[in-house]
Amino acid sequence: MNCTICGMVLALLSDVHANLEALNACLRHAREAGATRYAFLGDLAGYGADPEAVVATVRRYVEEGAVAVQGNHDQAILQASGYLNDMARDAIEWQRAQLSAGAKAFLAGLPLCVREESICFVHASAAVPEHWDYVDSPAEAQRSAAAAQTPYTFSGHVHVQELYFGGASGRMSLFRPVRGTAVPVPRHRRWLALVGSVGQPRDGNPAAAYALFDPAAAKLTFHRVPYDHRAAADKIRRAGLPPALAYRVEQGI
Amino acid sequence: MARKPDSPFQSGAEIDGFRIGERVHGGTMGDIFRVTGPDTGFPLAMKVPHFAPGDSDEGLINFETEANILPALSSPYVPRFVAAGDLSRAPYMVTEWIEGESLQRRLARGPLDPDEIARIGAAAADALHNLHLQDTVHLDLKPENVILRPDGRIALIDFGLAHHARFPDLLAEEQRLAAGSAPYISPEQVLGERSDPRSDLFALGAVLYELSTGKLPYGIPRTRAGLRDRIWLDPIPPVAHAPGVPPWLQEVILRCLEPQPEDRYQSAAHIAYDLRHPENVQLTSRATRRYQSPFASRLRRWWNARHVRPLTRTLPAAQVSAARVVLAAIDTTNLDDERHPAVLRVVARILSIPAEYRLICVSVIAGGPGAERTSGDSSHYLEHLVRLRNWVEPLRLPPSRLSLHVIEAANPADTLVEFARRNHVDLMVLGAPPPARTRVAWWRSVASTVAANADCSVHLVRAPAAAARGAVTSPASAAPESPDSPASRRPA
Repeated sequence: MNCTICGMVLALLSDVHANLEALNACLRHAREAGATRYAFLGDLAGYGADPEAVVATVRRYVEEGAVAVQGNHDQAILQASGYLNDMARDAIEWQRAQLSAGAKAFLAGLPLCVREESICFVHASAAVPEHWDYVDSPAEAQRSAAAAQTPYTFSGHVHVQELYFGGASGRMSLFRPVRGTAVPVPRHRRWLALVGSVGQPRDGNPAAAYALFDPAAAKLTFHRVPYDHRAAADKIRRAGLPPALAYRVEQGI
Repeated sequence: MARKPDSPFQSGAEIDGFRIGERVHGGTMGDIFRVTGPDTGFPLAMKVPHFAPGDSDEGLINFETEANILPALSSPYVPRFVAAGDLSRAPYMVTEWIEGESLQRRLARGPLDPDEIARIGAAAADALHNLHLQDTVHLDLKPENVILRPDGRIALIDFGLAHHARFPDLLAEEQRLAAGSAPYISPEQVLGERSDPRSDLFALGAVLYELSTGKLPYGIPRTRAGLRDRIWLDPIPPVAHAPGVPPWLQEVILRCLEPQPEDRYQSAAHIAYDLRHPENVQLTSRATRRYQSPFASRLRRWWNARHVRPLTRTLPAAQVSAARVVLAAIDTTNLDDERHPAVLRVVARILSIPAEYRLICVSVIAGGPGAERTSGDSSHYLEHLVRLRNWVEPLRLPPSRLSLHVIEAANPADTLVEFARRNHVDLMVLGAPPPARTRVAWWRSVASTVAANADCSVHLVRAPAAAARGAVTSPASAAPESPDSPASRRPA
């Protein structure tokens, strides 16, 4: 089979939200788990204290062939957005002042959606990427996967790890993955994975979340990576950002 | 069913390095061929499902389910997975070919006696327990899926309906009527529940019923209402069909067939244990029942079952682990051993955690070839049994949770390790090696060897310091621990 993605192991990282400690922990974990390629599924910016360093790190990966798409927070750096709540807007305004022109240009140049072989990478829903719709139901997952037109759709935005899979008649069903289990995801079926958030998980567990995809073996593994979340939270407080954002990183909420 | 002439799967053909041999099974769902291929060290079989590429029918989902689950299992009780073909190109699966006779064929050859039924049932329970600990529920246990290997073990085949708790359940989402073989599936499976390991225990009960009586506990239901009967209807007791069924076997069978999963055995390990120790089966009213329950109580159960919905959300392995088998090893030759009360306190604490459990108390006494004495033909044996009973008496355990074993053996450590392995013990509790004293030095090697070799967790108990001192009567035995027994030091 002529397949450019076969033989690689792809790390899927989303919603880093300027959390450098979490990003570095996930990148190290992925490398040790055999990742040979990386995809960043949007929202490098927002919430956290290290936007410049996070963008610089991801830029390096992209220069070496990584995929990156734009998220709603990345877009909000560039243009005021009505989609964000007050706290998120405070963080975005602070980050807008922090980020270098080069970093902003990098974020501005990110595509909303990337299709490669059997995979569609998109931050929110592939149906209308710029609407930032939450994929939070089988019906939304079905809409996104149908628009993607690829066996695999990899997304973030929802900050939880979930796997939707297509059944007969194209209907999709929700599966809650168990961390560390390599789930068989044969490519004759439609799969939509929400890979969770690296920098701001919201399930009560502060450990960073990402996923690894092995296309040759057709296996997808959801991971949680404990990291120094207190350091990340302290930086948020010291930067003068809303203390609630630090609390969320500490509590994983 | 004849193969389509254009099918690449013909005897003599070669697919992905596998040379196709004789077709050994052909059915509407697919064919099974013997194949040869890369040297795996064991014989191979190739399963070829019948469906057109792109189909989303049941055959495809069953095939995919098996192709997902089989490679994930590490078990001596299932065929080893070798390779699977691309589903969109050449769907096939190559696995180990299991030598042996199916239980269905064995059943057709003639009736089985209770000992043989118990042996097969225990072997099947071993296999189910192994699967359940790997978060997998078979959900299609029936005689044709049980292969009796020549060495007495069994293999379970056909995982097309199985459920793996950590994989997406492709079957659950198709919202079809309950999948499974109507005569054997559990009430909760009828209702669409696919994640409860106790469903397999119900099916095992139905298989044991069939082996014992030649009949099926609920016949072969042909309607949905007929299938639902088992939610509230109790089967005709096996002894009513076959007077030779002993009470212990009927007890095991009817307990497996309880409509409510919580009334059944909670773990296949407990069934395996009971079937291997018929004398230990705690008989209830099930054992001697001769008729179905009276009409009024059936009516009440039917009424109560109107809105029954299944409810389980624990991973199978976690559920099975909650149903523990705890073994307490007690040296009944040394009655005044100060560790005996300490072990008792620890066992009491372990059993106080709310969960289904079974406590097995074992005393290994010197002599003998390792054979267990199960009958009271020796006063020596009886005396130790009485001592064991006396030791455990303060726990006031219901007999259904407790069993006592006195084993004569030359090597107590190996005997305990092997006994624990055979009986799926999760945790063994025994006294830690004491300070060096010749009188009890025997136990030191036992504790350390058991801790080193046991498959299960081992809890070594030390007598509290004061109690240990109180038990010392001779000044010589109060000497400090010998330096060559590091294992005897108290934890800091």
